[in-house]
This record gives sequence, structure tokens and C-alpha cells, in this order.
Amino acid sequence: MLRRLHHEQPESFAFSPANLKWTETQIAKYPEGRQASAVIAILWRAQEQEGWLSKPALEAVADLLGMDYIRVLEVATFYFMFQLQPVGALAHVQVCGTTTCMICGSEDLIGICREVIADAAHEISADGNFSWEEVECLGACTNAPMVQIGKDFYENLTADKFRQILTAFARGEVPVPGPQNGRYAAEPLSGLTSLKEFESGRDAHNASVALAVGFGDTIKRIQGDEVPILKPVKARKAKASGNKTAGGAAQKPAMLTAANNGAGDDLKQIEGVGPALEKQLNELGIWHFAQIANWSAAEVLWIDENLKRFKGRASRDNWVEQAKILVNSGDSEVVNEMGAKDV
Amino acid sequence: MLKDQDRIFTNLYGMHARTLAGARKRGHWDGTDTLIKNGSDWIVDQVKASGLRGRGGAGFPTGLKWSFMPKESDGRPSYLVVNADESEPGTCKDREIMRHDPHTLIEGCLIAGFGMGANAGYIYIRGEFIREREALQAAIDEAYDAGLLGKNAAKSGWDFDLYLTHGAGAYICGEETALLESLEGKKGMPRMKPPFPAGSGLYGCPTTVNNVESIAVVPTILRRGPGWFGSFGRPNNAGTKLFAISGHVNNPCVVEEAMSIPLQELIEKHCGGVRGGWDNLKAVIPGGASVPMLPKSLCDEAIMDFDWLRDQRSGLGTAAVIVMDQSVDVVKAIWRLSAFYKHESCGQCTPCREGTGWMMRVMDRLVKGEAEIEEIDMLLDVTKQVEGHTICALGDAAAWPIQGLIRHFRDDIEDRIKSKRNGRISSVAAE
Repeated sequence: MLRRLHHEQPESFAFSPANLKWTETQIAKYPEGRQASAVIAILWRAQEQEGWLSKPALEAVADLLGMDYIRVLEVATFYFMFQLQPVGALAHVQVCGTTTCMICGSEDLIGICREVIADAAHEISADGNFSWEEVECLGACTNAPMVQIGKDFYENLTADKFRQILTAFARGEVPVPGPQNGRYAAEPLSGLTSLKEFESGRDAHNASVALAVGFGDTIKRIQGDEVPILKPVKARKAKASGNKTAGGAAQKPAMLTAANNGAGDDLKQIEGVGPALEKQLNELGIWHFAQIANWSAAEVLWIDENLKRFKGRASRDNWVEQAKILVNSGDSEVVNEMGAKDV
Repeated sequence: MLKDQDRIFTNLYGMHARTLAGARKRGHWDGTDTLIKNGSDWIVDQVKASGLRGRGGAGFPTGLKWSFMPKESDGRPSYLVVNADESEPGTCKDREIMRHDPHTLIEGCLIAGFGMGANAGYIYIRGEFIREREALQAAIDEAYDAGLLGKNAAKSGWDFDLYLTHGAGAYICGEETALLESLEGKKGMPRMKPPFPAGSGLYGCPTTVNNVESIAVVPTILRRGPGWFGSFGRPNNAGTKLFAISGHVNNPCVVEEAMSIPLQELIEKHCGGVRGGWDNLKAVIPGGASVPMLPKSLCDEAIMDFDWLRDQRSGLGTAAVIVMDQSVDVVKAIWRLSAFYKHESCGQCTPCREGTGWMMRVMDRLVKGEAEIEEIDMLLDVTKQVEGHTICALGDAAAWPIQGLIRHFRDDIEDRIKSKRNGRISSVAAE
């Protein structure tokens, strides 16, 4: 499905300091050089902070992770939870409309959205507070029909109940999420048919509702300091990530002020180096395969750390080995992904 | 009916303590180190012997899948990836495990990780499950604090790190190779197979992708023995299974039952029967949106397991039972699924990208009755051209519900077209 960036974009985007710190815990989940894996989580936090994803936000995330802008744009447009246009200031309402919810009455809920919020999906209500859309199955089918508002699921709705909930949000309240018909979670409404042993001692709320009530952040814009980052993932990793120059200091390689003989090599022949990276390398003072081929591990580490938007590429794509082959081949033909020369 | 003491997910409804202490009280994390010290071959053999088949839809034998992982590393690490991207319409069983009985999954991850030689595991949960993610992360943190994960996890001598990561609303990421792409920070577009993930999966390393329920049942199977697990269900359909029954039953619910339970018994015992009585039943989708529906005549004798449903040209899928009573316009119900697949097609393969749109638009006209009778066969023909001509099974999944509809409810569709033409309202179109 075609999704584009909004026609009006803000000037800039910056993560709050606490959110920025939080992004480190996400990147730490993945092996060295694989920080792109964190892109969905970090884009999501950007959206939690701002309500939607703007172009400056995508660029900031790309810079943070050393990814090309186009790769982040691809991700943002591919995944439907990313809102590419502004949403209601108070809440964005997502009504599940897939078959189970449909046969249990979601069309009535959508009717209420049209009536109370705005006629069209993704349109912001007159007071600026709400927007809505129909989404595909949210995975709470035995509690149909249901809607997601902010972080939470409001389940087992009726048209009247849904209307009351929207009214409560408009008054500035946050109704307790979860089943709205007296159920606890996904058990049969009329009483347990299994697992009766623990019924009497149960908590007031099921796990999802307990978290929602405890944090109170159902529709809050997240700044990152709501919940302390108690256990940084990095500290507890069982193994040192990767066997690269762990602990070794980075060392700046020797640079040239200009290309020898007035012309540099075509660095784009290295798999993984494009025009943008070649320009960066030239600006750093790197013009020739021979320079790259002679880097030590510490020098590769320095390059990894000092590439803007492409952190970690030198080691990930094994530039040194590739450059060695290119130097030896003289006329430097195609190098395949494994660094071996095609015959 | 399955007895409570034979249920694996004893905190399915979250009414008992959801903490590690609560899980321990219910028997989880009991002797995990002893199980692991029996060796990875023993674990894989036990899982094979139990007859456990994957709970994510395809029903591939879990132990066999694990045995495809390399025994000796060639320098690349191995990964366990848990598919918690529960998005198949009708399916809401893994959600209950993750928020209410998360330690079954975490213990399963450690054991499965050891069984396949993986020191790291990633759980990929769907983005919309925000509270479930928080609940599961809290349980993982608890496990780390108690020494059950990390270095020398649960004193087993095996190092195992478990990370929770999430998607952002793309159904296709439930397909295992699309999930791996997404986990690498890309668009979730499925990969060609081979190479299979066991040879080259996450970051090009050996990887096994399993459903949440498949992993979460493993510790209990090992503790109680494959014979116990195999004593439920018909041969080749072993075990207990979480069923999610939604739609027009009096009490929709998620419940753990023995495999091969008759559909009617499942609905009568746990769901208080079909709304308006069994005779008010119109059709059932027995295994999530992508399996063909069963008309009432087949529901009368339906047995909920892989083989029986496959023989009826349907499937157990995720065991998400969507019940529709006589008030439902079945053509419209399937049209909505067509709209779902059109929305969720990733766009990589032309037959699916274009075909899902075609199918939805023809279905749209069938719902209104504004079509020619010949178009029913034309639609069937389109489904056959999509089915089997795409990289992943989403194309098949989009085709099957329509094929099921035409197979069992062709008369309804024809009646509607005829009555529209004659200006009369038949009993079907009156709904």
C-alpha cells in the first residue's frame, strides 16, 4: 500500500535526553554492526514522543543508527503502526475491523468514530483532540469487538460503551482499559470452565490492565523518564559481543591531503560503498584501495566509529579484505559479497 | 474433558500470581538445569518423541525442525527466534501466554536454545501488544535477576541471553523469513527458500523460528515425558492445544484442551454453545483467517486436529475458531478477509500484490450481488493463479478462504446475484 510523508513537515526533531539514553538499551540488544535491527523500536519511541513520524524524525533515527535515509523511509512506510501524518492531540483511536470484530459489531464502532471524531479516517477532529482509523486484526478476538486507544485495548465493547469511553477521554479522563463487560481476561464470561483453583485470590486486574493502571500512560506522550531504565541490557550480556578488537583502542589511520597522481581509485568498487560513503572517505583523506588494505584492526575501529551515518560499515563489510583483492587484481573487477573475485 | 492437572498453561487467565514466584509455585523452572544436563540430543529426541507439531499454523514437527540446526558451529553463532507476531485474524492465544504465563515461554527459550546450540534468542512480538511486551519484559528481567538467564543460565552451564524485540503492525512479519528481515531492521518481505533459516537465517547465521506456544510447552513435556503429551489427541496429532473461540458463541474464550476434541464439544463445554443454539450455526473458520471455512454440516462431526481438518480441505492453522451464526452474511465475512489480505500483502510478488486486489474487488461485487454468475468461476480461477505462485504463503492464505466459500456456499452467492437481477429478495439476501 502506498504511504507517503505528510505534506507539511516540522523544522526539526530531537529525542528527549531520557529517550536518547533509552535508545542505547535497544541498540545493545544486537551484535556489533547490527544496530539497524533497532530501527523499529527507535522509530516507535520517536512516535511515542511526538505522536507521529515526521521527516526530521526519520532522518534523526537514520543518523543515530548509521542507516541510509531511504532505508529508514522504507521501514516507516512499510509498517502500518507508524503514523506518517499528525494525529489527534489527545488520542488516536484504532478500531479493529477484521472479520471477528466485524461480525461482533465493529461497524457500529466505526460509525461512532465518523460521528464523534471525523468523517474520514486519519482526519483530525474539529477540536484537534482525536483522530481514528480502522486497523486489521489486533489479536484480541475472543474479546471482540475492541479498539486500541494509545497503548491500551478496550475490549468487549458495545456502541454505547464505546461512546461513553470517548466522552470520558474528551473530559480528560482515562477510562480503565480491558474488557468492558465484566470479564477479567480471555475466560468465558459466564464463569470458568477450567482452572478454577486460583479464581478467588486473583488481583484486581489482568496483566495488561494492571500495567495500564500502574503506569497511567495510556495516551501520554513518552519522554523516557516515566519509567527508570533499571537494567541496561549492555551490563548483563553474558558474552562480550563479537570477537573484534574488544577493549582495544581505536587509532586514526594515516590520511592523504589529496589523491596521489591527482586521481583516486573508484572506492565504490568495494561492496557496500556508495557515492555518499566514497565522498565521506575522500573528505577524511582516503582515496586509494592501498590505504584501506593496510589498515590495522585498531584503524578499522577508528573508521567504524568516525563514519557519519555508516558507523560500523568498514568491519561489517570487510573493507580491508575487499581492498586487498582490489589492489592485487590491478584492474579490479567485480568483487562478490564474500570478497572473492569473480572469474 | 482435559483435567486441570493436565493443563500446561495453568495461569492462562492471569488469576494466579504472574511473577516468577507464582510460576515456580505452579511447577515451572523446576529442575531446568537437570533437564539441560541430559544433553541437547536427549532434548531434541524427547520433543520428537512427544509428537509436538508447530503451533503457529503449519504444524511442522518441532523436534525435527530443531534437528536441522548444525551440531558444530562453523564460527557463526546460532539463534533461536520466537515468533510472537500473533496476527492471524481470530488468533489471540499467544497473547495470554505472554502476559499471564510468561515464564513458560522464557524457560522454553532457554531449553530450546540449548537444544539447538543457540546462546542468544530473540522474541519478536507484534507491535500492538504493548502491555504484553511490558509484561514479558518484566518477566525476562525477573529471570535475569534470579540467574535463570545470562551466564550459566539456571546453573545449567549454558550461557543464554534472551532479548525482546517488536514489530510495528505488519501481518507479513509472521512469516518466518519476513520476520527475520524485520528483525534485521528492514521491510518485512519474505526471502526465497532455500536457503532455509537453519542454514542461513538471522544475520546469515543458523536460525530456528518457532511459535510462542511451541516453545512454551516444551519444559512441561520434558518434565512429564513425551508419553504423557502423546496420550492426548489422535496419533500424529498429539498433545494439548490452546484454542481461541471467537464470534457467535455465548462465551468466547481462550482455553487449553486436548487435541482432537470434537468441535461441538469444545463449543458446548467452554463457550456455552452457539448463540441461539447449535442449529443456528452457519459456518466455522476452524484455524484462523487463512483456512477454508466449514459449513454446519461438516461442523456437526468436526474433529479439531491437523489431519481431520486437512482431510476436509481446511486446516487447524492456529486453532483460532471463528464461529458464525445464521445472522452472518458469509460472503461479506470472507470479503472482509480479502480486504485484510489486500491490505497486508507486502507487494513483493506480482500475483499476490495484484491478485489480492482483484479478489477483493470481485468479492465486493459478489457481496452486493452486482455480478454475473460466470464471475464466480472467474474468481475461482484467479485464486488458483495466485495460489502457489508466490514466495511465501500469504498468496495461498488469501486464496483459500475464497475457495472454501465457493466450495460450500456457491448457492448463496448465486441466489444473491439472481435475486438482485430479478429484484426479489431471497432468504439469504434478507440478512
